[in-house]
Amino acid sequence: MSRYGLRATMAIVGAADTRVGAVPDLSSAQLQTEAARLALADAAISKDQIDGLITCNASVERGPLRTFHAEMVAELLGIKPRFCLTGAVGGALPVLMMEHAAAVIAAGLCNTIVLISADNILSGSKRRVAVPEPWDDPQFEEPYGPTTPAMYALIARAHMHAYGTTSEQFAAVAVACRRHASMTPGAQKREPITIADVLNSRMIADPLHLLDCSLVSDGGAAIVMTAADRAKDFRNKPVYFLGAGEAHPYLSLLHADSLTESGAIESGRQAYAAAGVRPRDIDIAFVYDAFTPMAIIYLEDLGFCPKGEGGRFVEGGNVELGGALPINTHGGLLSYCHAGLANSIFHITEAVRQLRGECGPRQVAGARLAIIHGQGGRASTHGTAILGTEETL
Amino acid sequence: MAEAGKLVPVPTEQTAQFWRGCARRELRLQQCGDCGRYQFPPQDFCRYCCGARLTWKAVSGRGKVLSWTIVHWSPNPAYAADAPYSLALIQLDEGPRMLTNIIGCPPGPIEIGMQVKVDFEQCGPDILLPKFKVT
Repeated sequence: MSRYGLRATMAIVGAADTRVGAVPDLSSAQLQTEAARLALADAAISKDQIDGLITCNASVERGPLRTFHAEMVAELLGIKPRFCLTGAVGGALPVLMMEHAAAVIAAGLCNTIVLISADNILSGSKRRVAVPEPWDDPQFEEPYGPTTPAMYALIARAHMHAYGTTSEQFAAVAVACRRHASMTPGAQKREPITIADVLNSRMIADPLHLLDCSLVSDGGAAIVMTAADRAKDFRNKPVYFLGAGEAHPYLSLLHADSLTESGAIESGRQAYAAAGVRPRDIDIAFVYDAFTPMAIIYLEDLGFCPKGEGGRFVEGGNVELGGALPINTHGGLLSYCHAGLANSIFHITEAVRQLRGECGPRQVAGARLAIIHGQGGRASTHGTAILGTEETL
Repeated sequence: MAEAGKLVPVPTEQTAQFWRGCARRELRLQQCGDCGRYQFPPQDFCRYCCGARLTWKAVSGRGKVLSWTIVHWSPNPAYAADAPYSLALIQLDEGPRMLTNIIGCPPGPIEIGMQVKVDFEQCGPDILLPKFKVT
């Protein structure tokens, strides 16, 4: 079956976030099980109705939670799933895993899957390590003192050089996300900010200021997925999986063909083709905003504006609620929560809330189609998914 | 000398030739005997054509800046103590890219497209680390 055959074969029938921000009382494993418990409650089903489990690995765990992550979480949940899988591609993972779950359900390996992602880099890292583990090549990258923001600053600088994108335009992404977080109960940062606030925040890696960088958080979320033809047996308005795409063009920036054109071009192309929709059909975009310039690049690469015009696209409230294309209506990684690995789960749970119409003052009126783009590594690995309401089938 | 906490490269069998070259202030890359392309970092076979006939060649040490940043913050105190410092992605004339620091000029006046040439700095007792100067 090609990925095109997966259109609307699977639906999300439960979704929930744990508390996010500083959650020092819960380990990453406890956040995983808490997220699952809340998502099951949202779906109004018992854990015995789950026969598939997919977890996203956490960055701070050691021992069995590193090598048998999903099995350990299954044990803590007291379930014996027929299908059990741990994934590890960083922030792209929950989006990719939705597609893989659709394939697993379509193949008949199991009926109802819980997908969980949780991590606690804020509290967990403090407890376990003084200095994070080196991420880049230990001989040929780490000796030069790269940091995660610095690696993304290389991408940001290249975009500024190629297209004249400005720091003010980067800041507009942070301002939009913060405004949305101000309307989201429980978001980690809710005080509204201005473009001047972003530009006056301290420099982390030129051109990225502190407020261009995502948060450091604890938190988790989970979704319950089942075959589309069973979805109406559940309590919630189903949110349908319409299509997805992925791209894995490189891991290290040393092997990136381009710093300004990402794998989102390919993953987005696949997702639109699989879902049978076009960029102009999309009501809300959830783009991986680990750093403000990345949101701009992904909006370009997902076809919402021509290449190089992303900076102008985000100006003037165009990506805020009430604008042409609201993004990250919960506040994104910049203001809602950035809990380490696999954070696109929070983009998914917010997309579900929006498509169910549950978002109150931040509801996008009439939202029917949402696109979600997750990425991992150094803008290396990409997953794009399109979700829709029943009207889009 | 590297301070405590900085990462000092530990050569492996696969990379020893590279570091032996650096010790002689010579930048060496693997070249494929089948397709002729150069590659970096070193690996066991050609990442372009999978050919296994790799030889080490001294190269020009010249390249250009693809992008750059000035790092003002690091979670590692040993690097934070050096901040602000430059970090750049450069493309060697032979094709491969390297992450590096630009040295010999105050942080700041770096531009994309600038021509650079390799230089070497002591890093730990046994390693000369390739860095780049604007030419």
